[in-house]
Amino acid sequence: MSVVQPFDKLPIPNSAACLLVGSDEGLQQRLAEALLLEKKSFKISIHLATSLPLPSERDHLRPRIDLIVFMIDIKSKYSLENVEASLAYVDASFFLGKVCFLVTGVGRVNSCSVEISAVWKLGEAYCSPVLFCELELEGIRVATAQRLLRMLQICAGHITGVSALSFGLLMRNSDDN
Amino acid sequence: MESAEWGSRVLPSLGRLSRGPPFGRMQGQLGLSLSSHGLSPAPRSLANADPRRTAFLLHKQWTLYSVTPLYRFSSARLRAYARMLSAFIAAEKQKGLAVEVGVELDIKVAVSSLPDLRGTDQDQAAILVQLSLRSPISKKNSEDKLVWSGCFCSVFGDDLSEKIPPDFTCLPLFLTNGAESYTSIVGSWFQKNFDCSFRRLAISPLNLGWMAAMWTGCKMDILTSAIELVFSVPRLPQPLDISYAIHPEDAKALWDTIQKTPGEITQEEVDVFMDCLYAHFHRHFKIHLSATKLVKVSTAIASAHCDGIIKFLQSQYLTGVLMLLTELAICHIQ
Repeated sequence: MSVVQPFDKLPIPNSAACLLVGSDEGLQQRLAEALLLEKKSFKISIHLATSLPLPSERDHLRPRIDLIVFMIDIKSKYSLENVEASLAYVDASFFLGKVCFLVTGVGRVNSCSVEISAVWKLGEAYCSPVLFCELELEGIRVATAQRLLRMLQICAGHITGVSALSFGLLMRNSDDN
Repeated sequence: MESAEWGSRVLPSLGRLSRGPPFGRMQGQLGLSLSSHGLSPAPRSLANADPRRTAFLLHKQWTLYSVTPLYRFSSARLRAYARMLSAFIAAEKQKGLAVEVGVELDIKVAVSSLPDLRGTDQDQAAILVQLSLRSPISKKNSEDKLVWSGCFCSVFGDDLSEKIPPDFTCLPLFLTNGAESYTSIVGSWFQKNFDCSFRRLAISPLNLGWMAAMWTGCKMDILTSAIELVFSVPRLPQPLDISYAIHPEDAKALWDTIQKTPGEITQEEVDVFMDCLYAHFHRHFKIHLSATKLVKVSTAIASAHCDGIIKFLQSQYLTGVLMLLTELAICHIQ
């Protein structure tokens, strides 16, 4: 199956899996390392991909993906095109709070090649939150990792009383204000 | 030109990003800073302007700065300012910050006003500062050698001039040509006396793409030089620059098929134009130009570099290009 499905596998107890999709492998690596360094009470596995669809040969070895983070680099229009092409390979029920768009490189306004309103429109079209960060600055990298980890916890169902969908709606409502 | 003829304004861009998350949806959204009206030849109000007086701007490399409004600057006191500035430069030379060593050189300062270099009557007249070398060796009647020029101007800068208090003079765009040392001396004099601040005006790849599309679409009688785009490839062990030259007629034909309303340009049309060029390049060379950084755009009208360096090549569209740059400068200040 080439499309990533949210519920086609059984969850593993006390663990969560996150998929980072983006054309810049170095940035993905840095973000993944920041995520692993954070203190957490559950096991986390981070999968990196430059684009979707994921190769089907290793599908049986992959755990259930709880959160997909699409990374868009503001300095590269190609990364936005890559993400737009990959979105077709994600099952529609993922977009109920289990997908997020992460825009990186926002510290460098002078190298901006992507129009931000296009990214906002993407977030609105796919009903998913858009986060901005600058992974080259350590403080922001750590803060972003903490945010994503929290979202991952919610998406994996580890927080009682908060579902991925309700959290996604909360983020969207706060954006509109 | 009537304001009704201009297209709708695209949302202004955000100055700096790294502090806080002011990524609101409506105000201050990071995006294109140039408005969507196309570039047209000099508007009617400037038809009587003498192109010879603004010809000094052409065919020279100008470095761009954005300037915050000047406090208590009076265009009636230009001669006094010239005297004060030349005294300041002489004092700086005494301090050992001289730019030339050896021969005792005399810097003559001329500050003049250029009423031709503006968009509407609401704009301030441009101020030109010229530094020339007066060497005692040269003959008395010989011309002084111009070593540095700086021009403060505002073309259609109504956005900013409407909002500022009356004591301030709004001339957001500063163009310099000449040695960097003179630029810093003149800049520090203005900063001390008029409480303004200068910042180098960099042009983002997004705005450069916009300029490429806009300048390609301009009507020119003879299309002389090719449209050239220079890209720099990031993160390689050795820096690599890709130069992509397009025949001007082909580029214009492409733009004409994309642009729907003459006189108005939208972000979508610019995106389609650039995507077509990138796709063509990819088909031949299998390189994704969209993953590189656009650093320089050269057309027959003007050439712009992302470090904030511009060269004007056509007097017909000079005002239009200055209007774009003024807009960028204003967004840069805010």
